[in-house]
Amino acid sequence: MLILGIETSCDETSVALLEHRGGNALEVRANLIASQIEAHQLFGGVVPEIASRKHLEAVNPLLRLVKEQTDLSDWRELDLIGVTSGPGLSGALLVGVAAAKALSLATRVPLRGVNHIKGHICSTFLERPDLPLPMLCLVVSGGHSDLVLVRDFHTFERLGRTRDDAVGEGFDKVARSLGLPLPGGPNLERAAATVQKTGLRFTPSNMEPSFDFSFSGLKTAATQAFKKGQGSPQEVAYAFQTSALTQLARQTKRAIEQFQPRTLGLCGGVAANGALRAKMAEAAGDLEFVVPTPILCTDNAAMIGAAAFFEARDHEFPSFSIDDLGFEARSVWPIDAASQPVP
Amino acid sequence: MTKILTLPDEAATRALAASVGAQLQAGDLVYLSGELGAGKTTFAQELARALGIKEDVTSPTFTLILEYESGRLPLLHCDAYRLEDLGSGELADAGFFDFLERRDAVRLLEWPEMVANFLTAPNWKIEILFDGEARRASVWKSD
Repeated sequence: MLILGIETSCDETSVALLEHRGGNALEVRANLIASQIEAHQLFGGVVPEIASRKHLEAVNPLLRLVKEQTDLSDWRELDLIGVTSGPGLSGALLVGVAAAKALSLATRVPLRGVNHIKGHICSTFLERPDLPLPMLCLVVSGGHSDLVLVRDFHTFERLGRTRDDAVGEGFDKVARSLGLPLPGGPNLERAAATVQKTGLRFTPSNMEPSFDFSFSGLKTAATQAFKKGQGSPQEVAYAFQTSALTQLARQTKRAIEQFQPRTLGLCGGVAANGALRAKMAEAAGDLEFVVPTPILCTDNAAMIGAAAFFEARDHEFPSFSIDDLGFEARSVWPIDAASQPVP
Repeated sequence: MTKILTLPDEAATRALAASVGAQLQAGDLVYLSGELGAGKTTFAQELARALGIKEDVTSPTFTLILEYESGRLPLLHCDAYRLEDLGSGELADAGFFDFLERRDAVRLLEWPEMVANFLTAPNWKIEILFDGEARRASVWKSD
């Protein structure tokens, strides 16, 4: 069974082809992300500027490359198409949704619009198909900071989310105010790694008894400390990162104690942060700990294909129906609203 | 009319936001400026509360525009932080002009300087200034 995934919810354009041969295992046959491909290969040398325009120009060449790389002779060989229909930037989402609808309509391959956060969670299933459930999953990126209890492939309970800024947004903005080069998050981590010890300390926000997060106050404190000359960029980066990760780990540990999951998952772009991975591995204790490989943590289409596959497999695999193309892009779509327990 | 206020603590930022929020009318366009860490999030949250909005007001940096409907007026909260250097085509794709045209709502715009070439005149301009020691707010209201 062949599944095509399409993702355009934010900055990345991605197209992937997955193959299912049984059980929960999905083989990633191709998972192409526009920003990681040589521009001339994609656009013949011309690099388009920004945002939705970029998606618009990248999505068709990516589809063609995936087809070539996987020796697919005809799109009609597909069994399912999955596309991110939210949450995200509405203009960006629309590009992927329109491309997916057009392909579905032209080929009569069934289409499902899936939730981007659910996609991130499904990246853990791509990494470890038979991971023990329930899983507590921390989804952290530039746009999201969600703590989700995953009871099965379709039942998600959002235990906590950010009350203000996403953690990745905090990393990017603090990096900018410290004068660190782009990309902000990885460069902040690098700057922090040069510091062994500093007297500078930011108290982590305490959101108890909820499992929510807050990073805006920390961002303010870090920016102000730097302006007041209380530390070097490296020291401020270190103190900021330590405080942010402590808050994430503390809430995660509280949720583990209360909900007793069997697995701890970590996914989303910020999962690339080595200090966060170490902290979460420690928080996991005796639980299984799953972090997908970096390409599956960043925004990618393989995770979207996987989410579409599990939905379709467990909810009576759809045949093509034009009525199923009526869904729209949704810029706001909390993960628990995407929870669809198996009937 | 421009007023300069000192904001000795977070409570003062909140009090200012509550006062502005209580005076807002449908169609008002509010510019909210200030560097990272100046307290714009706090201001936006309290302004929303003054409008009677019950939901948490989270950062719109990622989705660009968030809409809240539980208050006495709809609130559209836009963050132009990521819109720097975009042309009018891209801004249209991002829904920015739809935001500007929503006269039924209060429109709160953070980082207006990022989209300075495309803006219409505001009804309010709030700038939070922070020099590393003290915070001040410059508040301008159209006549």
